[in-house]
Parts: sequence; structure tokens; C-alpha cells
Amino acid sequence: MLRDLFSKKKKYATIPSEEAKQEVPEGLMTKCPECKSIMYTKELKKNLSVCDSCGFHHRLTAHDRMETLFDSGTFTEFDQNIIATDPLEFPSYKEKSEKDREKTGLNEAIVTGKGEIDGYPAVAGVMDARFRMGSMGSVVGEKIARAIERAIDEDLPFILFAASGGARMQEGVFSLMQMAKTSTALHKLRDRGGLFISVMTHPTTGGVSASFASLGDINLAEPKALIGFAGRRIIEQTIRQELPEDFQTAEFLLKHGQLDRVVERKNLRSTLKTILSIHAPVSDRKSDEQEQEEQQQEKEKNAVRETEEQEVQ
Amino acid sequence: MAEDLPFEKPITELRTKIAELKAFTAEKEIDLSGEIEKLESRLEQLEEDIYGNMGPWDRVQIARHNSRPTTLDYIERLFTDFLELHGDRLYGDDEAIVGGIAKYKDRPVTVIGHQRGKGTKENLRRNFGMPHPEGYRKALRLMKQAEKFNRPIINFIDTKGAYPGISAEERGQSEAIARNLIEMAGLTVPVVCIVIGEGGSGGALALGVGDKILMLENSTYSVISPEGAAALLWKDAGQAKRAAETMKITAPDLKELELIDGIIPEVRGGAHRDVEQQAKAIDEALSQALDELSEISRDTIVEKRFEKFNRIGPYDYVNGTNAGN
Ligand SMILES: [Zn+2]
Repeated sequence: MLRDLFSKKKKYATIPSEEAKQEVPEGLMTKCPECKSIMYTKELKKNLSVCDSCGFHHRLTAHDRMETLFDSGTFTEFDQNIIATDPLEFPSYKEKSEKDREKTGLNEAIVTGKGEIDGYPAVAGVMDARFRMGSMGSVVGEKIARAIERAIDEDLPFILFAASGGARMQEGVFSLMQMAKTSTALHKLRDRGGLFISVMTHPTTGGVSASFASLGDINLAEPKALIGFAGRRIIEQTIRQELPEDFQTAEFLLKHGQLDRVVERKNLRSTLKTILSIHAPVSDRKSDEQEQEEQQQEKEKNAVRETEEQEVQ
Repeated sequence: MAEDLPFEKPITELRTKIAELKAFTAEKEIDLSGEIEKLESRLEQLEEDIYGNMGPWDRVQIARHNSRPTTLDYIERLFTDFLELHGDRLYGDDEAIVGGIAKYKDRPVTVIGHQRGKGTKENLRRNFGMPHPEGYRKALRLMKQAEKFNRPIINFIDTKGAYPGISAEERGQSEAIARNLIEMAGLTVPVVCIVIGEGGSGGALALGVGDKILMLENSTYSVISPEGAAALLWKDAGQAKRAAETMKITAPDLKELELIDGIIPEVRGGAHRDVEQQAKAIDEALSQALDELSEISRDTIVEKRFEKFNRIGPYDYVNGTNAGN
């Protein structure tokens, strides 16, 4: 059902950076911003949008992330129809939000919902950096708070994929207070013994990094993701010295003890599955035998699918 | 006399003139009391006009005034037996935040605040009131201690923001702020937060998850500095005045948006003009806030705080439909 939904939508994940757009036929090919090598967009997507040559993790749209993450057909979206107001009557905020809605097909910078990862159910939120740079305004805060409430009510783990430049300037202190709002919601989840896994993707900075994204029971990040509180330029201006090359990367944070693991995208699903299985209630936990059986079935299914695809081609 | 701000120039000029006339009268033994009286009433009117109609940018100037009273100025006047406690037990002691135990009207309390320096030397030591992670972690340690011994917490907020530097990032500036937010959410004792100067973004909020959030009349609270916003919006930090007017960062604006609980009136012309008088105004508001909060039980205060923050932030539904699922 979900796949049907996707197929109707344009897939913007295929559009790379501005400069690359000019040189590469739009949609068909995608240029890696890191190593400049060019891949068929279709191949890139198959590879979870990770560059074949250098391992660069391209940004994923929220829906593409959901698709790579959840067992097919298991995801149901929450609160899809909440949209931002313009509480400060901030210059051109309404127009810009409207443009982003058209551009992304999303109503806000986050998609929340419920799905299963290898049969383990979880509530999840996935931010989408294409919408107002993934910034957190009142709607993002509200949707996260509601998703956490669902996780509490249904006794499910909560997973959040951050991709955000921080708090949304156009909603002023309302945005700032979303840091407190999401954190108080997470406190409630923690109080009830709920599991929260934070996955930081490129970029996770400012008010998002300094609130829910850093508060996982387990904090994961994708390779090379930019993660930090203050912007690089602001730091350079303040201290008047150049910053180390790897500054504020996932690897930098791991080295400084701020992360549990850096996980390549191709291993993310299995890592999450392991975490979920270890935290699952005893009754829902699968035995190793069951696991092996399911894996075998999955392999067989994939083999069938591949043969079918080849036949079609 | 405290350094005057540009928008106060007409007042300063008139004051100087009155002083000159008075000196002249004394020296020459000529009676100009009628003239002086007239000027004084004009001064009164002028002050009312100017201070009664301050724009956001004027308030920003006052909030940043060199002589604006700091956390320690108020602690000294509002509390007895203040004993500063140092260090986060993990890395160091960040002097950009001060904290300790004290008595407020004979009641034990914990009091914490951002601390700017007075003069260059102290400002360097206190990093201009911009904390590193260890500052926030010290604050958290003291807040947990307050919870253990069941005493209310009073936080003074006064910072341009958390320090943007290499070591701050290395030691987890984001985590330190985030940690304070989630831990403050769970404190079972009353927390009163008072913005006394600048409330700069996450670095301010890290002391700001309270049950009552009060602001001095001329203090500011913002998600980004007016200069930063101007640079982003119009590629010109010089348009800070315009940004300040757009962003709704003053106490009256934030009260109107129901983002804060109360405004503490300031001495005419700003808190720096009479710190004793200002401390009295804070005293009144603080005492009232603590009284109100003392009626909430330890069991329900966390739930109430959750509700307070959970309410914040307006949103709409597409085409007036209702939330799905
Ligand atoms: Zn590459």
C-alpha cells in the first residue's frame, strides 16, 4: 500500500546539489558531491543512495528512508495533515513553506508513523532536510511529541532520524521552545521505561542536536554526517582559527565519546533490528532458531524477486 | 552615571542643561528656580515619552548595557547565606555559570545563573557569560542536589548563548544542553526562571525549563541574535534593528504570545539605573512565584511542567481536516 503511495510521488532524492544539476541529466544520473563520480540514479537508489565509489551517503527523503527501513507494507503515517501557522507574521515565511510543500510533497519537515523492522514494531520519526532545511518549528515539535505519546500509549520503542539545521528562525521563541517540548516528552517516555533510539543523519545541528537528537538511550549516526551545536563559520569567526578537517563529523563525535556507534546505511536496518530485539518484551522476542528460519525465507524471497526482475528486463 | 544609550540622548542633554542651570544659580546667586522647574517638568515628560515608548532595539541595547546588573548582583541582594558551589565533577569549573545554596526569606533554595563579567579581566575569566558544557553540567549537578534536598530552584538567565568553540563541541555542547532539558523536565521541585538580560537561544534554554518563566521588562529571549537573523535574512548584520523588530524577542511581545508567565517591571531607563530598586521588584515577583508553586505537590509538578511545555506552539490542519490515525 505504501509503495503505491510512493510511486505517485516524484522522487526528489535523485536531485543532487545545485552545481551537479547543471552538468548531469536531471533524474537519470546522479553525481556524487564527494568524489564527483556519476551513478545511474536507479543504481544509486538500489544501493540505498550510497555512492559506490567513495561510500558517500546521499541524503534520503523522509519517505525513501521509511521505505528502506520498514518491512514493506507495514508503515502507517501519523498526523500527516498538520501544517505550520505564521505566529510572528514573519516576512515571506508563509510563501516559503508553501513552496516547500509543493517541492517536497510533504506538509512539514518530519514524517512520523508506525511500522515494523523485521517484524519488530516501532514508532518512528524521519526528518526531511528538503523542507525548510529540516528546521524545527512548532509542527515538527508537535509531531514528535505526539509520536512519543503514541509510543508511550502503545508501549513501543521510538526511533528518530534527525536531519535538521536546527530551530526554525521564522517561528522565533516558539521554535526554541520545541527543544523543551520534545525533551519533556522524551522524559515522559523515559519515565515509563520506553526505548528511544536516535539516528543522526546529515546534518544534525543547532537546536535539534541540542535537544532530542542527543537524548537517545542509544545514539547512532551515519558516516560523515555533520553533527554539532554551533555552525562551523560561527566557530571560525569566534576563535579565529581553522578547524580540523573532520570537525563535527560523526567520526569526530564518536572519537569524543558523544555517540554509541557510527553505522553505515547498509547495516542500519540490521543494527536497529538487533537493538529492538534485545529490548523487545519477552513475549515478542524471537528465538535464534526463528530468526534463522525467517532469514532463510527472506533470502528465498529475494532470489525469486531477482529472477522475476531479470525476466522483466 | 551609567553610560547613556543613543536613544536617550535628548534626556541626557536636558539633564545636563538643568545641572548647568543649577550650578549657575548657586554660583551667581541668581534665582532661576522657575526656569529650572519648567525644565524639570519637561524632563519628566520627555522621560515618559522615551522610556514609555521603547522599541525592541532600544530594549536590546538596555539588555546588553555594560552596567546591567548580573546574576551575582541580584543574588547578593535577594538571598542570605549564599554559598557558591563549584565544578561539574567531570571536567572543570565553568565560571560563565555560578550556582550555589542560599536562603530566600529563611527558606533553603538553590540558585544558579549565567554570569557575565564586569570589565575585560573578569569577562575573560567568565567567557562573557557564554558557557561550555561543564557549565551546564555544573548547573545540572546543583539542580539534582536541590531536588534531593527538596529545595526550590531559581535560575537567572543572562547569556548571548552557549559558547561556540572547538573544545565546547568536543566535550558535547549539544549533549550538555539537551541533558539539562530532559533532566529539568523531571525535577520534582519548583523551578523559577528569570531572564535578566539576554536569553540567547539553546544556551539560555538550558537553564530555562521551569514552572514559571519571568522576564525583566527590558530583557530579551530569542532563538537567534538579531545580528544573526539579519545576516541570514538580508545578508547584512547591520540590519539587526529591523530583525529585532521582526522577531518578537522582548518581554512584552513574548508575554503577549503567552510564551512567558510574567514581566517584572524595570526601573525607568533600565535596571542599571538603580539595582537596589530593581532587586526589590524581582523580590516581589519571585516571592509570589514561589508561593504559587509551593501549592503544587511533588507528585504533580512534573506532570504540570510537561503540560506547560507540551502546549507551546501553534499549528493548523490542512483544509480544516482532522489529524489522521
Ligand atoms: Zn562518491
